[in-house]
This record gives sequence, structure tokens and C-alpha cells, in this order.
Amino acid sequence: MSDPRPLSLVVVSSGLSVPSSTRMLADRLAAATREVLERDGHAVRISVIEVKDLGHDIVDATLTRFANERLQSSIDVLKAADGVIAVTPTFNLSYAGIFKSFVDVVDPGTFTGVPVLLGATGGTARHSLAIDYALRPLFAYLKADTVPTSVFAAAEDFGSATTAKDAASLDERALRAGTELAQYMARFAGITGGAITPTRARTAPAAASPGPAVDQRGRAGALDEFADFVPMGDLLGR
Amino acid sequence: MQFGIFSVADITPDPTTGAVPTEQERIRGIVEKAKLAEEVGLDVFAVGEHHNPPFATSSPTTTLGFIAARTERLLLSTATTLITTNDPVKIAEDYAMLQHLSGGRVDLVMGRGNTGPVYPWFGKDIRQGIELAVENYHLLRRLWTEDVVDWEGEFRTPLQRFTSTPRPLDGVAPFVWHGSIRSPQIAEQAAYYGDGFFHNNIFWPLRHTGQMVELYRQRFEHYGHGAADQAIVGLGGQFFARENSQDAVREFRPYFDNAPVYGHGPSMEDFTRETPLTVGSPDQVVERYLTMRDHVGDYQRQLFLVDHAGLPHKTVLEQIEILGTKIVPVLRRELDALRPAHVPDAPTHASLVAARDAALAAEGEPPYSDAYRFGTGDNWTGLTAEGGEQARRQAELKERRDRQRLAASPAGKGTDHE
Repeated sequence: MSDPRPLSLVVVSSGLSVPSSTRMLADRLAAATREVLERDGHAVRISVIEVKDLGHDIVDATLTRFANERLQSSIDVLKAADGVIAVTPTFNLSYAGIFKSFVDVVDPGTFTGVPVLLGATGGTARHSLAIDYALRPLFAYLKADTVPTSVFAAAEDFGSATTAKDAASLDERALRAGTELAQYMARFAGITGGAITPTRARTAPAAASPGPAVDQRGRAGALDEFADFVPMGDLLGR
Repeated sequence: MQFGIFSVADITPDPTTGAVPTEQERIRGIVEKAKLAEEVGLDVFAVGEHHNPPFATSSPTTTLGFIAARTERLLLSTATTLITTNDPVKIAEDYAMLQHLSGGRVDLVMGRGNTGPVYPWFGKDIRQGIELAVENYHLLRRLWTEDVVDWEGEFRTPLQRFTSTPRPLDGVAPFVWHGSIRSPQIAEQAAYYGDGFFHNNIFWPLRHTGQMVELYRQRFEHYGHGAADQAIVGLGGQFFARENSQDAVREFRPYFDNAPVYGHGPSMEDFTRETPLTVGSPDQVVERYLTMRDHVGDYQRQLFLVDHAGLPHKTVLEQIEILGTKIVPVLRRELDALRPAHVPDAPTHASLVAARDAALAAEGEPPYSDAYRFGTGDNWTGLTAEGGEQARRQAELKERRDRQRLAASPAGKGTDHE
């Protein structure tokens, strides 16, 4: 089975240093997801959004309330994603501020129904619950379809031996999470059937009637905001 | 094409000196700026409406009435009139009065307000912002076009046999624009009535502006007012100019860096690339604004914000002078030459009167008469029998023309409502 178009997997990585353990985790999760999708015959296109590189653009957008062209092109990639891997360092029991700032300048509805794999990094495994206490509620609010397994990588994970026999190894956890994301993505893209239909937001109105253009996955289309009006005749009761 | 300036009369400290103008200085300064705008050949002066500090524009018709008395040709407009929180009866009265006093030099830009709290200050609910804009504006139009109005709606007490006075000058309502930055519903509203659409894009990227204007143009054509490229479009703009462009950049930068809205955010270079703000020589400003039509099509009105971010009064007057003498003459010549013949100018009082007279003549009707047509006894409203006959007939004809236009338009052919 092969797809007419490659699935779009978008990696949002908000590590701050170079090299970044956050980016290393993100890449590992992306590789695991790709491996499973390709094994199942789906082509994948991976795009990486390095949040750090958009730092000034994100602050500008926060203040001006519009995204400049560079930031907008990243947001557009995200809007077309079939799946997202979101990875952030853990600061003070939560995601990095810059990670949240990025999410805040992304249009509402962008994550609705979209499969998302959550990851975080930190100095020690003591911080690992930050994913479930901070990251997961954020994406629940955004109506993302988060996969059950999330991956926290502490400094020690990058130093320990990688053996697939150890169920707690980073490789093994990444593969489990990547497998889940791959399955969610295939279902979201409508390639495989599933108990949950891909459309989770309001259904698109009849084609002739203007109104919010919502694609089959329940997400806003590119020109959505410009179609969001009621014909005057209806408003005036004519 | 019309060129002018608009102001919200914000009272902002000058970041280079810390000086803050008094309300008196700011308010009198507005009048001086408007007078200079006329002297240097600009066409339009528009003032905003805010009901909170740090603004000095709570009473637009008082300000515009005063300016009207001190100018001869300047077209007076608003930026914007709050159609949501003002009683449409009061808007109808105030602006018809201003029309009479200024000799028809009035139009309005309708807006919904830029701060949520303004709604409760006037007894309204922000959750009904769009509905208020729709109902209030529809009533306002009726108050201007019909001598006697029976009306019932959701947001104010009903009107029975009500006449808004004075009647619009020469029987023609002021032209109306609808201003919106983000609400497609307002573009739709402007298009439905064949009114103008003003996009105040000073803080927005041109790709966004282009999409909003395009929506308005398509809907304008949909409702049968003309081709999409004949719709009436206005844009905001912002510049700072000195003979030498480096001087402009150096002088304006501290004002940019500390400006309300975008200060402490993007660099001036980034912001000038993304938005219409242009800082440089007059030629650079001309060059930039010659390209706006590439984004929105040929348009009818270009207004500039010149008096914000704490710029001193004297500096603003210099900017108005540069605008009127170095920038607008070139823009006017070039843009008028580029504009195809079938794209109209923005309507003025004179053109609206002429259009009305032509429509009456084409229908074989008697010409409009402004003879007083109301009872002069102690009755509080109502037409005399003779005066009422003409008013009723002409209102009916206008209604019929509107119905025929709508029926012949794509909207009337059932592509829209079903």
C-alpha cells in the first residue's frame, strides 16, 4: 500500500543550546515514527521548526499581533501537518516559555484533532512528570489528539547504553511512542479506518454557503478567517 | 483619488524629552493640523472616537464642526464612528447637522470600537458587537433616507413616526465607509450596501490587507453595485519623511522604538518591511505608496497617521507640509494616471446629489425639492400632506431601484441565500 502524497510530520523543537538534547530527542522520535510509517508503506516528509531560530519573530508577533513572513511560513507548515512531535526542555516544572510563546502565536484550531507526540528533556528524571502536568493539559486544551506514550529524556538517557532489550531505554520508549504516532497519523490522514473519524471539529457547511471553511479533518483552512461571515440578507432577516 | 490624514489624538509622552501635551494642547493642536492639511492641498481630515484616556477625541462632531468653520474645502471624516455603542438616532442627527454646517463636506467611517470596555460605558454588551453594528447601521440608513420611520429592533426602544432632524443636506445622506481590520462580516456589510471599505492597515501586513479588500470587492460585485474593481476602497498609511532619508531614520527611531502598540517589539526595519510604515525621503514614501495598488487594486482614498507616538506638534506640522507638498502631488498624478477610466472616484456630496438627480430624471420624476415638508404646528413629528407626497414617492423609487439592483445581482439570482 502506498499513499498518493507523503504524510507531513512536523517537529517542533524548542531547545535553546547547540547541540541541544531537546533536538536530539525530537530527531529520535521523528526517526522512530518515520521507521514505522515507512515500514507500513507510507511516505513521510519531515519538517523541523526550531523555535529558538524564530525567537525574535515570536516576540514581535506577540506584540504586533501578526506573524511576519518567516514565522508565518512555519505556522503554515504546522497547519498542514498530519502529525506533530512537540519537544521542549523542562523549566521550573513546565515547558520552556519560548515554547508556549510559539504555541500562543499559532492560530486557534491548528492542533484540533491532530496527532501529537509529546516529549521533554531535563537534567534528571525527577522532572519527567512535567509532561503530564504541563504539556499534556496544554494540548488537551488545544484539542490535539495526543498519543498515550510521551517521552522524557534526562541527561542520563543520552549516556546510558541503548539496548532494545531494556524496556526503559530511550530507544525502546521512542519506538513505542513513534509507533503510536504513526498509527494515529495514518488514521488521521484517512489511510486506515478507525473508531474515531478524522473530523472532530464542526463539519463543513454546504459548499454554496459561505462560512468557516473547515477541511475534512475539522481544521481551519488557509483562508478560513476571510470566509467567516453571514450573508447580510440572512442577518437582516430577508 | 483622495489623500488626507487621520488622528486618534492620543496623548503620548515624547520619548526623547518626556514631555506630555495637555488635553488643551492636544485638542487645539488637532484643529491646527486640520487647517494646515487644507492649506497644503490635502483632501481629507478624519478624527477617531475614543472614550478613555489617553485620547482626546470623545466628541468627534464638536471637533469636526469647529474645523468645518475654519476650513473651506477639507472633507471631514471619522476614524472611526462607533456604530455599536452610539445611538443611531444621535449619529443620524449629529452628522446631518455637520453636513449642513460644513456644506456637505462630511463622510463617516463606521467602526465597532477598539476596546472592549467601551461597550458597558454606553450600556451595551460586547458579545453583541456584530449584531449591534448590523442593526444600528441599518436603522441609521433608514433615518437618513426616510423622512418618517417606524422601526422596531433588538437593541433600542421602538420608533414610531419618528423624523430625524435635520434632514440630510440636499436630501442625500453622507457617504459611509466601514472600517475593519479583521472582521470579514464588516467587509460583507460594506459590500451589501455598496458603501466604502476602509482597511486601516497601519499595523498589519499587506498580504492580510489584500485578502480583506479582495473579499469586500467580490461581495460588492455579488450584490450588484458594480464590478469588483469599482468598489470603493480606502487604506491607512504611516510615514516619516525628511529630505535626507538617514535624517528621517535617525529622528523617527526613538519614537518608533517606544510607540504604543508596536514599540519594544520588532525593529523599525522589520516593521517597515511588513507594514505600510515608510521612513525615509519623500521620494521613498512616494515609491512605496505607488505599490499599494499592487496589493489591493486601484483604490480611492489614502489616509496617513502622522501624529502619534509622542511626536511633537511642530514635527507633525512639518510632516503634514512634506506630505502635502512633496508626496501627495506626485502620488496623485501617478495614481490617477494609472487608474483605468471605469474605476470611479470616492463619492462626494456633489457626486451623490448628481447621481440622485440623474436617477430621478431618468425615471421622469420631478427634481428633488428641499422645501420644508413638515408640519409647523406643535406636532412633534410628521410630514405635511403635500411635502409627504414627494418624500414618500422618492423613498419608494429608491427602494424600488435597490430591489431591482439586488434582484439582477448574483445575490438576487439565488447563488447566495439558498
